[in-house]
Amino acid sequence: MADCNETLRELDAFLDSELSEETRVAIRVHLEECPDCFQAFDFHAELKLVVSQKCKNDEMPPGLLAKLQQCFGDPDEPTLGEDPFAATDELDAGPDGA
Amino acid sequence: MADRTAFAEEAMQYAPQLYSAALRMTRNSADAEDLVQETFLKAYRSFASFQEGTNLRAWLFRILTNTFINTYRAKQRRPVETDLDDVEDLYMYKRIGALQSASRSAEDQMFDLFTDDEVKRSLEELPESFRLPVLLADVEGFAYKEIAEMLDIPIGTVMSRLHRGRKAMQKRLMDYAQARGLVPTPASPAPAEGSTETATHG
Repeated sequence: MADCNETLRELDAFLDSELSEETRVAIRVHLEECPDCFQAFDFHAELKLVVSQKCKNDEMPPGLLAKLQQCFGDPDEPTLGEDPFAATDELDAGPDGA
Repeated sequence: MADRTAFAEEAMQYAPQLYSAALRMTRNSADAEDLVQETFLKAYRSFASFQEGTNLRAWLFRILTNTFINTYRAKQRRPVETDLDDVEDLYMYKRIGALQSASRSAEDQMFDLFTDDEVKRSLEELPESFRLPVLLADVEGFAYKEIAEMLDIPIGTVMSRLHRGRKAMQKRLMDYAQARGLVPTPASPAPAEGSTETATHG
């Protein structure tokens, strides 16, 4: 079983479901037996939920969906298979765009 | 390779999520709109390099994040803020955790405590190197490994930035709550039942 120090140290990773099975179980056992740590866990679990729910679902500007649809253009156009993660060279271009 | 029309349809369903995330990144709707359009253009142009079986949502968010870092960050001409003041662990919990009454569920109270705008602002005010990991983890629910790939930083760095970014965000939320008189200011702490135990915990 984990102690209070280990539990609080691993709280982020526990809440993010990023712990190994062994550590996860050790933390969970401690949370079941320690009301103080459980309270801290519960608080941060709720906070995480509130942050996720309140920071999404912004209303899209009217017309954006249509513009995005246009991005997909002609389905017969050949796809280039570009690397989508390559840095754009826009910024490296000189003032004349050379 | 998947059918491109099906790909377009599937990608469109992520448009609202991508737009919200783009707003948190750019902090203005005009840039957010451009960023999402550029993301979709890149996705379409690079469709041939998309491996079927890859998580499309993660792939789109990776393009969004990458495009923001390479293009909009430079365009925004903000000073590169890379650091945050240190905030103690469990900052917010130590101050309001003990104030929560048993009469209502913690979830209801927490939900009502802050407006959408306050939560959004507290995230948007984080320096970028902390804002992106918190956005990708807490709002979009990506795993550390996925965030590390999107931001091209080690997993350990993702974890430390998440930890510090969350603490800083909690401090801002507390400032909003205090400004609205919802919780006592540090100068006049309310001697709430059980607060001593909580404050010294850990």
